[in-house]
Amino acid sequence: MTRESPLAGVAPEPGVAKPDPILVVEHISRAFGGLQAVDVGRLEIQRHTITSLIGPNGAGKTTLFNLLTGFDHADDGHWHLDGGALVGIPAYRVARRGVVRTFQLTRSLARLTVLENVLLAATDQRGESLLGGLLTPWRRIERANIVKADELLERFGLEHMRDEFAGSLSGGQRKLLEMARALMVDPELIMLDEPMAGVNPALTQSLLHHIRGLREAGKTVVFIEHDMDVVQEISDWVVVLAQGVLIAEGPPAHIAANQDVIDAYLGRHHGEAP
Amino acid sequence: MIATLAFIAIPVAARAEGETIKGTLEKIDGDVHEPVAGVTLTVERDGELIGTAESDAEGNWEIPVPGAGTYAVRLETDTLPEGVALTDPERSELPNLTVRANQNKTARFNLGPGLVTGNVSTLDRLLELLVLGLKLGAIIAMASIGLSLIFGVTGLVNFAHGEMVTMGAVIAYFFHLSLLGPQWPLLIAAIPAILLTAAFGWINETALWRPLRRRRVGLISMLVISIGLSFSVRNGINILFGGEPRTYADFAVQQPIQIFGVQTVPKNIFIIVFSILVLIGVGMFLLYTKTGTAMRAVADNRDLAESSGIDVERVILVTWVVGAGLAGLGGVLEGASETVQWDMGFKLLLLIFAAVVLGGLGTAFGAMVGAFIVGVTVEMSTFWIDASVKNAVALALLVVMLLIRPQGILGTRERIG
Amino acid sequence: MNWADIFFDGVLAALGPVGAAYALSAIGLNLQFGYTGLLNFGHVAFMMAGAYGTAITVEFGGSLWLGVVIGVLAGAFLGLLLGIPTVRLRADYLAIVTISIGEIMRLVARSGFAEPLTGGVFGIQAFANDFFALNPFSPGARYGWGQFVFQGRALFVTLVGWSLVALGLLLTWKLVRSPWGRVIRAVREDEDAARSLGKNVFLYKLQALMVGGSLGAMAGVLLAIEQQNVTPNSFEPKVTFFLYVIVIVGGAGTIVGPVVGALIFQFLFFFFDSLMLSAQGQGYLDWAGFDATDAAQVKLVLVGLGLMTLMAFRPQGIFGNKEEMLIGDT
Repeated sequence: MTRESPLAGVAPEPGVAKPDPILVVEHISRAFGGLQAVDVGRLEIQRHTITSLIGPNGAGKTTLFNLLTGFDHADDGHWHLDGGALVGIPAYRVARRGVVRTFQLTRSLARLTVLENVLLAATDQRGESLLGGLLTPWRRIERANIVKADELLERFGLEHMRDEFAGSLSGGQRKLLEMARALMVDPELIMLDEPMAGVNPALTQSLLHHIRGLREAGKTVVFIEHDMDVVQEISDWVVVLAQGVLIAEGPPAHIAANQDVIDAYLGRHHGEAP
Repeated sequence: MIATLAFIAIPVAARAEGETIKGTLEKIDGDVHEPVAGVTLTVERDGELIGTAESDAEGNWEIPVPGAGTYAVRLETDTLPEGVALTDPERSELPNLTVRANQNKTARFNLGPGLVTGNVSTLDRLLELLVLGLKLGAIIAMASIGLSLIFGVTGLVNFAHGEMVTMGAVIAYFFHLSLLGPQWPLLIAAIPAILLTAAFGWINETALWRPLRRRRVGLISMLVISIGLSFSVRNGINILFGGEPRTYADFAVQQPIQIFGVQTVPKNIFIIVFSILVLIGVGMFLLYTKTGTAMRAVADNRDLAESSGIDVERVILVTWVVGAGLAGLGGVLEGASETVQWDMGFKLLLLIFAAVVLGGLGTAFGAMVGAFIVGVTVEMSTFWIDASVKNAVALALLVVMLLIRPQGILGTRERIG
Repeated sequence: MNWADIFFDGVLAALGPVGAAYALSAIGLNLQFGYTGLLNFGHVAFMMAGAYGTAITVEFGGSLWLGVVIGVLAGAFLGLLLGIPTVRLRADYLAIVTISIGEIMRLVARSGFAEPLTGGVFGIQAFANDFFALNPFSPGARYGWGQFVFQGRALFVTLVGWSLVALGLLLTWKLVRSPWGRVIRAVREDEDAARSLGKNVFLYKLQALMVGGSLGAMAGVLLAIEQQNVTPNSFEPKVTFFLYVIVIVGGAGTIVGPVVGALIFQFLFFFFDSLMLSAQGQGYLDWAGFDATDAAQVKLVLVGLGLMTLMAFRPQGIFGNKEEMLIGDT
């Protein structure tokens, strides 16, 4: 990477403040039964960067995603997006605020076509309300959205599958569709849950290229990842979770050498199945 | 008339010319409706007697009135037979019944089983209702355990569970009273009833649910299939058993007794005590035997149980057999307590669902707790509300529980994502 | 056995007012279940709300037309009431609650407690004279050819009924093709995915319940007017059950599926009923000891078995496509 990272001067300490954070977590916790799944203190995500969230299995990464985006109820906590509190906000409202998340197992809407999948993501559709769908001339907006959707599909190489049911796509194509769909929302913050899981190396490069593209387009990306090569290659910043606690954060090179991180993985290297 | 033409018009029976006030007197005791004959009713207007009538053998009565207007209708309580009383003694008269032009207006008087002794104190009445509630709870518990456990180990809400209750009652009837059967005493007839119902549970799992699971049929589809099964079996029982309710010969009519000042019949006490013993037995089975513990483990977390070496398929089979047998037992008890009829299990289904949701779908102990809460609340509610709507109380409990704690009293919260 | 009679019993039932009402109700259920994936097993309650809403309004002095409006609104309102506690629930809990609510409504309507309002077991009669006053056909006359014949009164209701069905189809078509419909289908596919894209899933489910419920209520109004009679025993759970068979047979989640399903179901139902009765009358069923009542029950057992077989082997219905199978599965 040749660009100067805005995080160049930031100390690699857990909970460190960032120069221009888009997401600020003061603290957030969640327990299941007797088990403390997440207990994170301060965490800030810098705007317009790619941050990866790593940690051994069961570290609470997906749970943290769920809590931040309203898909799960935090036991306790405060966190803000661009200064606006997100605590207790239902998931769909979090999305409307500009935070889109994907899921570990791709959730393509199988019995909608690829185009419909992307069109669904368009915001501000008057035709989506009940009376709007019946009474207003939503087709005009729809036509504009279709143009935008087709552009996105072409960018992700899916334009030839436009009218096929999403259920007939291959696993890799579904990943691309999910990313295209997320982009259609035009969010500020995109949270990807293991976007490379089960994806072949060629497609991995393609996805990495698209993720970089997201950053160029002015988005902030946080993604959960297990593959250390990917993490090293693309991240501006790395956050490490173990047993629900934030144990380290910093630039990728620093994290790779961090003893606490290595211990947390119990001697496991990247590439070995966690 | 054939009941199945219910969704085609059943023409109203021939009416009298002009305006009349009419009604049907029935003694309602739980689900049993008995016509009450020979009761006098009078209609007055402005203090002047308009007409009187006596209820006939079907409980029907009709009094012509001179035209549209407002009338007072009174049931002469001293003409009520032994053992029949107004459920609300204050309401022996309807003082302002409006009749429109050409209308045959219905006047309703609710009758129920009369008390043998005279005045009953509030406390005594509440205790009587408590006993009835415990009995109802015990019967519901028998049926609910199976449903809850089957859900726990397979994820299926078995809408056909009520039919296994009916089956128990009907099979017992066959062995007890059928001219084609051995005509055993009820207590003996109960044994094949429970065993055969348990066998039906076994057939359910091996011939239907396991093959469907193998074919990867989804849980929603299986739920709908269970509804279809419920419908078929219920109507099949209707064909074989007939549409009329019947009672067992044993324990049918009993003299009330007094226990600690509370009036009840001996079979209620027997049902409660016997059921509690059975429930304790089931509880110990679940807690202390290898199979029981395996059942709880699979219901709690199937994958974890499987990876610890438990034979999940066998556990599912045992759950079905035990659950079905208990349901059959519940049917015999319900039949002895009330009557045996083709849809008795389906009628209980609402209460069963309330019980398992209340207690927590997937746990047997939850089902027991939920069942008693539902039974007692439903019966005791009749102290304040009309007996004909007491089942609505169960629904209210169900909805409230789902609003405040969907996993039930003893259930565990599910994770998202 | 008179096969022509038996055949036309089926045909006339399928095309008649009851057939139209069931088709209309099925359109409503299809919107809730086929398109949104809501396992509403108390749909008969909506029909009841419509029927009783109309009858009670007339009983208390309103005009029939006001009654019809109130009946349909009652259906929408019931959808709201039903939805608020249940839209957050999983499908199986929704089924439990909806079936319970349907039963409770029926039990309350038939109780002595509610009798002043609902007429209790006897129900309410003779409230729809205003409708039949508009009948352009001569009520007693017979219209048609050969055995395909409707009486004037029934013909009027039939035409009105099927016009309503056509309107229902139009409404469904417009809704489903709109962006609203797209969100609804997304909710059926994967609620969480829809949420992650900013859709208020609970609101959409509620709306589906209300719109589908209004259609069900309209069907109930139609039945009530046709029979000039509302009684609780017309609204037993088996009605919902039949509606599910109709929706699934015709293809859940398709526009015309409910109508196709209704026609097929009603035809087979009444054809078979007539067949059984005829056979029993001729003594063909004596070996089983069946009387007339029993013969009439056989079709019910078969409907139940039919639904089971359909769900297990062909859940996409008769005309559905296996790839586009439109029944939600977990």
